[in-house]
Amino acid sequence: MSDNDIKVKINGRQVLCGRDETILDAAKKAGVRIPTLCYDERLEPYGGCRLCIVEVKDVHKPQPACTTRVKDGMEVYTDTDEVRRMRKSVLSLLLSNHPNDCMTCEATGDCALQSLSYEYGVTGKRFAGESWDLPIRDDNPFIIFDPNKCILCGRCVRICNDVVMAGTIEMTGRGFNSLPDTAFGKPRTLDNCEFCGQCVSTCPTGALIDKKGRGKGRSYEMTKVKTTCPYCGTGCNFFLNVRDDKVVKVTSDYDAPVNKGNLCIKGRYGYSFIHSSARLTSPIIKKDGKYVEATWDEAIDLIAKRFGELMEEHGPDSVGAFSSARCTNEENFLLSKFVRTVFKNNNVDCCARV
Amino acid sequence: MAAKKKTTTKSKAVVQTKAKLKPKSKAKAKPKASAKSVGPAKDLTIKICAGTGGLAVGSQEVINEFAKELKARGIKADIANKCVKKTGCRGLCSKDLIVEIRQNGNTEVYQLITPDKVRRIVEEHIINGEPVFEWLAGEDYHNFNDRQTKVLLKQFGHIDPEDINAYINVSGYEGLRKALLQTTFEVTEEVKASGLRGRGGAGFPTGLKWEFCSMSTEPSKYIICNADEGDPGAFMDCAIIEGNAHSVIEGMIIGGYSIGSSEGYVYIRAEYPLAIKRLEIAIKQAREKGFLGKNILNSGFDFDIKIKQGAGAFVCGEASALMRSIEGKRGMPRAKLWRSAVKGLWGKPTVLNNVETFANIPLIILNGAEWYRSFGTEKSPGTKVFSLTGKVKNTGLIEVPMGMMLREMIIDIGGGRTGKNKLKAVQTGGPSGGCIPADQFDLPVDFDSLASVGSMMGSGSMVVVDDTTCMVDLAKFFISFTQHESCGKCVPCRIGTKRMLEILTRITEGKGVSGDIELLEELGNDIKMTSLCGLGQSAPNPVLSTIRFFRDEYESHIEHGRCPAGACKSLRQYIVNLETCKKCGKCARVCPSAAITWQPKTKAKIAKTKCVKCGACFDACPFNAIM
Ligand SMILES: Cc1cc2nc3c(=O)[nH]c(=O)nc-3n(C[C@H](O)[C@H](O)[C@H](O)COP(=O)(O)O)c2cc1C
Ligand code: SF4
Ligand code: SF4
Ligand code: SF4
Repeated sequence: MSDNDIKVKINGRQVLCGRDETILDAAKKAGVRIPTLCYDERLEPYGGCRLCIVEVKDVHKPQPACTTRVKDGMEVYTDTDEVRRMRKSVLSLLLSNHPNDCMTCEATGDCALQSLSYEYGVTGKRFAGESWDLPIRDDNPFIIFDPNKCILCGRCVRICNDVVMAGTIEMTGRGFNSLPDTAFGKPRTLDNCEFCGQCVSTCPTGALIDKKGRGKGRSYEMTKVKTTCPYCGTGCNFFLNVRDDKVVKVTSDYDAPVNKGNLCIKGRYGYSFIHSSARLTSPIIKKDGKYVEATWDEAIDLIAKRFGELMEEHGPDSVGAFSSARCTNEENFLLSKFVRTVFKNNNVDCCARV
Repeated sequence: MAAKKKTTTKSKAVVQTKAKLKPKSKAKAKPKASAKSVGPAKDLTIKICAGTGGLAVGSQEVINEFAKELKARGIKADIANKCVKKTGCRGLCSKDLIVEIRQNGNTEVYQLITPDKVRRIVEEHIINGEPVFEWLAGEDYHNFNDRQTKVLLKQFGHIDPEDINAYINVSGYEGLRKALLQTTFEVTEEVKASGLRGRGGAGFPTGLKWEFCSMSTEPSKYIICNADEGDPGAFMDCAIIEGNAHSVIEGMIIGGYSIGSSEGYVYIRAEYPLAIKRLEIAIKQAREKGFLGKNILNSGFDFDIKIKQGAGAFVCGEASALMRSIEGKRGMPRAKLWRSAVKGLWGKPTVLNNVETFANIPLIILNGAEWYRSFGTEKSPGTKVFSLTGKVKNTGLIEVPMGMMLREMIIDIGGGRTGKNKLKAVQTGGPSGGCIPADQFDLPVDFDSLASVGSMMGSGSMVVVDDTTCMVDLAKFFISFTQHESCGKCVPCRIGTKRMLEILTRITEGKGVSGDIELLEELGNDIKMTSLCGLGQSAPNPVLSTIRFFRDEYESHIEHGRCPAGACKSLRQYIVNLETCKKCGKCARVCPSAAITWQPKTKAKIAKTKCVKCGACFDACPFNAIM
């Protein structure tokens, strides 16, 4: 079978799909939004939250859109009364074991559970019962985990195991007491965790939050500035979250062509230097054994003079240049041009050769 | 009955011959001399049930005792000939230990045998030829056995499960021999034609499953035997492996041949040490005989089996969770984006079948699909092994043709109620199934009929309850099991069953509120419809079916704070029947919380506020005056 020859109707609208695609993929093509909590494009579909259930013609049971492959001639209805009713039931169950903490929650305004509860108009009252009162886990320099807010979507576990390949956390326990956790509940430290914050980036609720950005503003209060990571040559994109002219957080850009929202510890948490008082703002020249601030003209003059002397004394091959990944492409290009035309050699390299 | 008479008269004949043989029975003081004078009794076989049930009631001690007593009497040669045989489960667990003695062509069966009974049996039966009548198996034993159709269990109790030759002597591995002479296509077609449906619960046609997988051109495929058996109250698969592991192995090899797989796994729970041991022995013996390994029986076909022990989670019996567990991951079901026949274990095409399904295969191949279809019904052919437990006289393992009426299984084979209490219902299919009330016992037992009343075949456990069992409490038991065993992956099962358990708990504590029954029904249906795997999808069945057939019991708890079965402790109330109280004061003396006031010559009185409902007075009253 060739690609894209499977005809599927989503709410009456026909789309063409490939044989490996799911109903959720088809709905996206049709411009139809199906609610999800455990779905993240970066991960294998999971089928755990059951919110994406849809009605499929001639199938007696609702089918999860994320884990049902399309079939030719399939007719799907994503918003019937019956599936809405069942989604409500699932949401009420989730809320029956969820703290009603939205006012102080870091994730307010950026929480999939909150948005869906709002959209479906549900509270946790219908199935009120025992709910968790577990200690908050603040044992990691970058991440805070509040298990009480966890909905067990498994996204953190999957990203940590399948994307980061760190294997720090796994689902533990059974039944009502299941929870994502480290082996034997040990703290997430450098022994077992890479501090990449990938788990935080995928968490749909406020269960996993960035410690550095805590209390510094909700998602909707931030200006999001898209930028490229200054650390290495991979060139990951992300958003600097700016509030009151201060960068307070980094969040993922899921559409970034290079990294699709994934980041490592440097990109996600290595931004403190921006507002650091220790940051150099002018050139420094060592004079009589002491470092003293200088102007750019002074510095460039000194470099030109010393390079000239060295080349005269030891030949042109005695000098070279090493550039930085934290410079732009254009700056790196200029430096290499400079080395080849002025030094007349090929002694140029860059730390971005990863 | 007829069978019993026959053996009895025969054994009388033995009495005479034996009496001549051995006039002096009390030769214990001089065993050696007697050994010379008597000589070995020819053709003596003693079969002692050594399944898990048998072992639990001391079969090893009985075996030792027989060995000791026989040795003491110089019947030496026969011991060496394995005259005391270990066999697999003989089914009637409530009458364990069952001992069968075959001597000079006559067979007698004893029940409830303990080590201290051995000496008398040896002296009176084996030596004097006079069976100990009061210990012989009675009418129950014969009713229990005569109405069954033993196909799979036929050899149980007759062959030594730890000896491959015993299996070979009863046509063992003949099915494999025959299969290897056919094309793989012919084998699959035969299984398809037999109509065999998977015995693991859902009843999916086995031949079709094999066909899907055989169509894949992937070079590596897997075949898995599901011996997880997590259903509380089920012990068929355990018994089949303990009693005749070779039949399962043979079925797996044939399956491997049919689908083109050379690697099999048996996934078995670590709580079955005896089954594991017997399986290991059987696999080793099969390798030695060339039934497993390279170039099996010179056919060019290679196949071998590994055992993977599970840690005993119910959900690991679910096919996709089981495969994850073999891969070393957490046993959680996976959404069925692909069929296992396409992407199963390690992402390769896989067939997974139940123990009993595999055990049927050699017989089908050997005797043909037509023969197989002569048992059971059109849509559910063959026989099925059930574990019958609960409030019936004869509990144990039974095998009957599909389509037998529930009544026949419970009343005739099971012997009906144990005491004076009326039978109320039977729970089939364990925590995934439902209850069927006694007035519907005229229901044929097959996959479709059970499903039609909201229950299911499941693995084949049957738990019979009488009117001392509260149906709300029963439902609570099962839902607490499934909640405990839920893998936690999906919301409806993880939180939904928890909420159902909470509602049921408050009902059994007399704190139920109106609307609770409806809430249970709504929630139960939503859990069934939205859960990911079979565990969640079937978890509400025990609740929904008890509501369906015993709604009045739920109502009585909620509206009147009364448990009709008297089983819910918090709803119990003890009062003194003033008419029958004989003023003895025994109740007041045993009450641990001084809730009973009594003085000599006055009737007792129970203070409701102080009573802790322990029931001590109820047990103590000699006149049944406590109600
Ligand atoms: C929660 C759950 C537990 C199960 N446990 C078992 C089990 O213990 N043994 C078994 O054979 N099948 C069990 N099954 C059924 C298996 O998923 C599978 O359908 C079966 O083993 C297939 O074999 P069959 O076609 O021979 O029946 C279970 C299913 C579920 C959903
Ligand atoms: S920070 Fe990275 S390595 Fe650590 S738990 Fe989260 S995803 Fe895993
Ligand atoms: S912590 Fe967040 S991502 Fe992880 S399972 Fe809980 S809700 Fe999902
Ligand atoms: S239904 Fe229950 S056992 Fe099955 S996947 Fe969902 S939570 Fe796990």
